Amino acid sequence: MTDSDRGRMLKPVNDVGFVGYGAYIPRYRLPAREVARIWKSDEDGLPIVEKAVPGLDEDVVTMSIEAARNAVSRAGIDPSEIRAVWVGSESHPYAVKPTSTIVAEALGAVPHTQAADWEFACKAGTEAIQAAIGLVGSGMARYALSIGMDTAQGRPGDALEYTAGAGGAAYLLGPAAESLAVIEGSYSFVTDTPDFWRRANERYPEHGQRFTGEPAYFKHIEAAATALMQATGTTPADFAFAVFHQPNTKFPQRVAKTLGFKPDQIQAGLLVPVIGNTYAGSALVGLTAILDVAEPGQRILVVSFGSGAGSDAFCLRTTDLLLERRSRAPSTRDYIERRTEIDYATYARFRGKLTLQ
Amino acid sequence: MSRAAGIGAPVGIYVAGVGLTPVGERWERSLREIALEAIEAARADAGGLRPQALYVGNMLAPALSGQTHLGALLADFSGLRGIEATAFEAAGASGGVAVRHACLALASGAVDSALVVGVEKITDRIGSAVNAALAGAADADHEAVQGVTPTAQAALLMRRYMHEYQVPADGLAGFSLNAHANAVACEHAIYRRAISAQEYARATKVSDPVNLYDAAPVADGAAALILTRREAYPPGGPLPAARIAASAVATSALALHDQADPLAFSAAAQSAARAYAQAGLGPKDIQVFELHDLFTIYAVLALEAAGFAGRGDGWRLAQDGQIARGGRIPISTFGGSKARGDSGGATGVYQIGEVALQLQGRAGAAQVPSVRLGMAQCLGGAGATAVTHILARDESLRQGSDSS
Repeated sequence: MTDSDRGRMLKPVNDVGFVGYGAYIPRYRLPAREVARIWKSDEDGLPIVEKAVPGLDEDVVTMSIEAARNAVSRAGIDPSEIRAVWVGSESHPYAVKPTSTIVAEALGAVPHTQAADWEFACKAGTEAIQAAIGLVGSGMARYALSIGMDTAQGRPGDALEYTAGAGGAAYLLGPAAESLAVIEGSYSFVTDTPDFWRRANERYPEHGQRFTGEPAYFKHIEAAATALMQATGTTPADFAFAVFHQPNTKFPQRVAKTLGFKPDQIQAGLLVPVIGNTYAGSALVGLTAILDVAEPGQRILVVSFGSGAGSDAFCLRTTDLLLERRSRAPSTRDYIERRTEIDYATYARFRGKLTLQ
Repeated sequence: MSRAAGIGAPVGIYVAGVGLTPVGERWERSLREIALEAIEAARADAGGLRPQALYVGNMLAPALSGQTHLGALLADFSGLRGIEATAFEAAGASGGVAVRHACLALASGAVDSALVVGVEKITDRIGSAVNAALAGAADADHEAVQGVTPTAQAALLMRRYMHEYQVPADGLAGFSLNAHANAVACEHAIYRRAISAQEYARATKVSDPVNLYDAAPVADGAAALILTRREAYPPGGPLPAARIAASAVATSALALHDQADPLAFSAAAQSAARAYAQAGLGPKDIQVFELHDLFTIYAVLALEAAGFAGRGDGWRLAQDGQIARGGRIPISTFGGSKARGDSGGATGVYQIGEVALQLQGRAGAAQVPSVRLGMAQCLGGAGATAVTHILARDESLRQGSDSS
């Protein structure tokens, strides 16, 4: 490791970790074969099995509150001690009016708190975590709440419609000594790469088809993961688990293999086949599934990817506090198993894809 | 120097340099940059020769890059500012047509050396823009306006051919398998992977009966050639030399419905016949044939049109290994459009470069043994333009010999 590698790693003055975490996945499931049925597509080689769909009364605000309550329950702290409520999403219900103030109010974190919404495609949530590391690690705050949550959009008939799912996770950051997982280091790798975007006032995103792979997803995740492992002096063998952004089933499997991780290292966090791509929630809800099953003292690598494009990588190590705290709220698996299958017509109604005059 | 058949057979014109760049998604490079790569490679191969004129083959730059005027652009960008430079467009035959016009200029004595570059930048655009641009090769008023695309044209031809000659569903599989097997050895190919008959049989239909493996991938690419008159062959040029023994262009109707016998590929047949006449050769003399297998059915029709098989029998050439490297008439020896990849107006230049490498024994693992005569044919649209070149290995040209 060179000094410049070490220097680029994000590491606060005071060690920081997750004192609580919480997942949320809505109950409804739209099978990919149902999308294929409507659009007369080949049912072989579908990108996932099914995706999670929010109900009529759910959005990023309500889902963030659910996940945040789970995180606060696990942490066992008074919500009024939270000094930042940050929500990363590309599905904020309002263009102007923060999601985060509603979430903070519902949690009881107001009024002595920061509140802001974050946007960086699918890595808005991990960006909010890095900011929280800074806030807590500098001593400005004892606790900060970062959330990655989405009700992802896919244009009817577009390839994204198979995978654009709903869900995410909340992480309460605090001092390392109180943490169930300590953040050993973090790193961001960002370039101007137009692989996927949604213009202002547009309802659905556009994407560069195959351009979303090699020069976008793979380049950024591989670079971020490699740099962080170099800076922390770790190799894939040092990690019990790894989780990468999950736009479909193949991409995280392939990037894991390229980086030198074995299938069993990513299995616990690979949720995309059964909940879809939850965008800003994707890597983060994969991480909650890992924390649900990890043992104390294990290392976890987390690498998000946001289009436009960038990756945030985190090196975590679980502590003894994990075991007692994880039972204080529903597990990720509980949400996955809470499942009601819907057909395309119901999906169209729930997601407002039918508009009546 | 005689002029066979009165149509300007370019006697005494040589391929003095070849530059073939990888076909693929060249997202990190622009149109001019990939053209420059090919130009620099061809010039280096020709001992650093500075050509007197530039002939560009390109089909899609106006539609996909918003760029016309490629002659001056590429002359300037490649450090040749000032030379004569013009772009030629004949859809997928643009590259072959550019070579043809370089040959005419060289044969006339207007220039002693010429640079030809075929270039396409396609993958920077997504969605229907590429299909719409490619459909411009068909008849805009009577075909494209109805939604006909090149793939749909090929499907119509393939369906008819299979019906006329009772071809089984996987009857054309061998063309795709051969192309993929050959591309494994080709460094500039987009798909360096063999495929199995089972993969072919399972492939998704793109436009029934054309499946994914019947259709060539369309991607970025640039290929360049340095052509010279005999007396201008550069001292550092590759030996043995590859001489252009024939160069011929023929045309037909753009719209399939305007062709009396669409399966005859009449322009392909005419341009091949003219080329044979110029060179004083016939199909039996040709030892390698780089044809335009944009779709497997096009390989079949081109083989029949050039006299390698009778009408309705072309598909059988793939059944018994006759198109393989060791067979009677090896085709797509570097993968062809199917597996090397198809770069629209660059294809004709790739093909001629590949034939030259075969004749010179420079094809590496793709080498067909003892090749002395090879042919290249590219097509525009569904065969409405066909450009055929015959190349001959020429050992009379030696390093240090008086080449005049």
